[in-house]
Amino acid sequence: MQPILEVRHLRKEFAQLTAVNDISFQIQPGTCFGLLGPNGAGKTTTIEMIEGLTEPTSGEILYQGKPRDPRFRLEAGIQFQSTSVMEKLSVGEVVGLFHSLYHKRTDLQQLVELCGLGSLMKQRATRLSGGQKQRLMFALALINDPQIVFLDEPTTGLDPQSRRNLWDLIERIKGQGKTVLLTTHYMDEAEILCDTLVIVDRGAIIAEGSPRSLLKQHFDHFYVCLDREDFKAHLNHWPEPLVTVNDRVEIQSHSVETTLRQLQQHNINLQSLRVRNPTLEDLFLKLTGHSLRE
Amino acid sequence: MNKPFATRGVIIWALFVTRTKEFYRDRGALLWSLLLPICIVTAIAIAFSGKGQELFRVGVYLPAPEAAAIEAQQPLLAKPYVQRIDYDNLGQALERVRHHQLDLLLAADQPGKYWINETSVKGKAVEALLLGQLAADDAGHWSRQLVSGRQVRYVDWVIPGVLGMNVMFGALFGIGFVIVRYRKNGVLKRLQVTPVTPLEFLTAQVLSRLLVMMVTATLVYIGCDLFLNFVMLGSYLTLLLVAALGIFAMITLALIIASRTASEELANGLLNFAAFPMLLLSEVWFSLDNAPAWLKVVSQCFPLTHMVQAARDIMIEGAGLVDVTYHLLVMALMSVVFLVIAAYLFRWNER
Repeated sequence: MQPILEVRHLRKEFAQLTAVNDISFQIQPGTCFGLLGPNGAGKTTTIEMIEGLTEPTSGEILYQGKPRDPRFRLEAGIQFQSTSVMEKLSVGEVVGLFHSLYHKRTDLQQLVELCGLGSLMKQRATRLSGGQKQRLMFALALINDPQIVFLDEPTTGLDPQSRRNLWDLIERIKGQGKTVLLTTHYMDEAEILCDTLVIVDRGAIIAEGSPRSLLKQHFDHFYVCLDREDFKAHLNHWPEPLVTVNDRVEIQSHSVETTLRQLQQHNINLQSLRVRNPTLEDLFLKLTGHSLRE
Repeated sequence: MNKPFATRGVIIWALFVTRTKEFYRDRGALLWSLLLPICIVTAIAIAFSGKGQELFRVGVYLPAPEAAAIEAQQPLLAKPYVQRIDYDNLGQALERVRHHQLDLLLAADQPGKYWINETSVKGKAVEALLLGQLAADDAGHWSRQLVSGRQVRYVDWVIPGVLGMNVMFGALFGIGFVIVRYRKNGVLKRLQVTPVTPLEFLTAQVLSRLLVMMVTATLVYIGCDLFLNFVMLGSYLTLLLVAALGIFAMITLALIIASRTASEELANGLLNFAAFPMLLLSEVWFSLDNAPAWLKVVSQCFPLTHMVQAARDIMIEGAGLVDVTYHLLVMALMSVVFLVIAAYLFRWNER
């Protein structure tokens, strides 16, 4: 299948730094593609080059196999990390304004319902809460019934409930067959939403694949976690590799049964015991030596 | 992108309505834009009402400089309570008599003639002085020429200037700050990824501001007239045309200032840099008649100068469309030049 979007050897140099250093990837239609990485990794620069806001230093961007033409702007829906709307306007007026800027557009009633803006239509757009504002921005990104939707850090700064709410919205537009390109520094968000993702660090891709295949490829163990206090005596002579994170110890275990048996043999208090699967966070740490949220 | 004309119209209309709504919902700014000029004009009216000038102002028409010998035959001009003003243009001097700016006019090439305004009390007084110091038979040789015209007070003269100043500030800051704020808070970035072109966006902003300024200027004009009942001899239609072109020229000047920056501080500095020379040199408060020639040339480069001069000609001299064509053409030319520069410089983003 022809990718809906393809970037080849994308590079962006600013005066002092190379923000994006030779990034290439392909996005299949109808999938959710994620750019996962810490702040400053070059995610926003990459997405803004694709959106046409920033001129790449070099590299190619192909939309449906061809260089982007004016049609791209009509068929792309864009949500920025931080933009504001006109002051003194109600939500309804903002939505109405952007609706009138497009020729091909989505049904306003359905869009308002989808994004849960119905009860907010008369409210001033500048007085919305964080989650409400993101839903409005999300609605604006969908207003032209786009083929491909760009979401730059859509849930940054939102409370957990608003985040889930937005994830739900993204799942629903995926269900409508739209392609989504999303940047995030939340590994749980990437794991839940993305079919394919690339992990970027310092302007370059360090891993690529589906969340599941990436984890499978890089990890064959689980984590058995305990309070450091309970495990103190065994820190230096435990047969399996382990790390300490704050006041917890994480044992990398290839077999949970074996590890548990050993713990019992040593008479270790298991009240704080927790077993978890490796996450993208662990993967990032393993690949770069530093954490996602630094 | 080949966009149907109708689509362009829809987009411009939508942005125009949005911007205009934003303005009139900002109640504080709206009220202020109406009240401030009325306050200024009222203050001026109070300050300049009451006692008039202590001096008698006598004009002398000198077709050629060597004719200055008139002093010898007219001792009145040497009196300490008489201020002498020379003119090389008889029409201009008569205009001053008509507006009570001169009490009496003599002409070096027409001995025995003097002009006064029939409704000016000071004119009658200075006439009596002129004739009273002559021998009775000499007085018989003098013939009185009457000029008629309503008195033009300073406040009548200054009104076009104050109204012009008001629309200048409104046009410059109104457009400049809004675009810079839009750029700063990301509204322009959001619009950039829609099918809106810079031309459509700027057209909507200019039209909205033009409408807003025309309406507020009209309201302020009416408000001032209620207080002051100032002189308006010309056609309202011509005056509106002058106002529209003047406002347009100053809006386009503001577009240049707001074309790139996202810093409100920088925009404020640049807007003041444009506004203050105009405030001082566009004959808002005082005439540049006695200023050095180079200053008059500088003054001609400002759109406000042409707007105020044309408005003043219309209001206190009753000038018609033809008489102010020069000013209209200059303002139109300035607008086109400013607009081309602004369109060339405009960026959605700061970088």
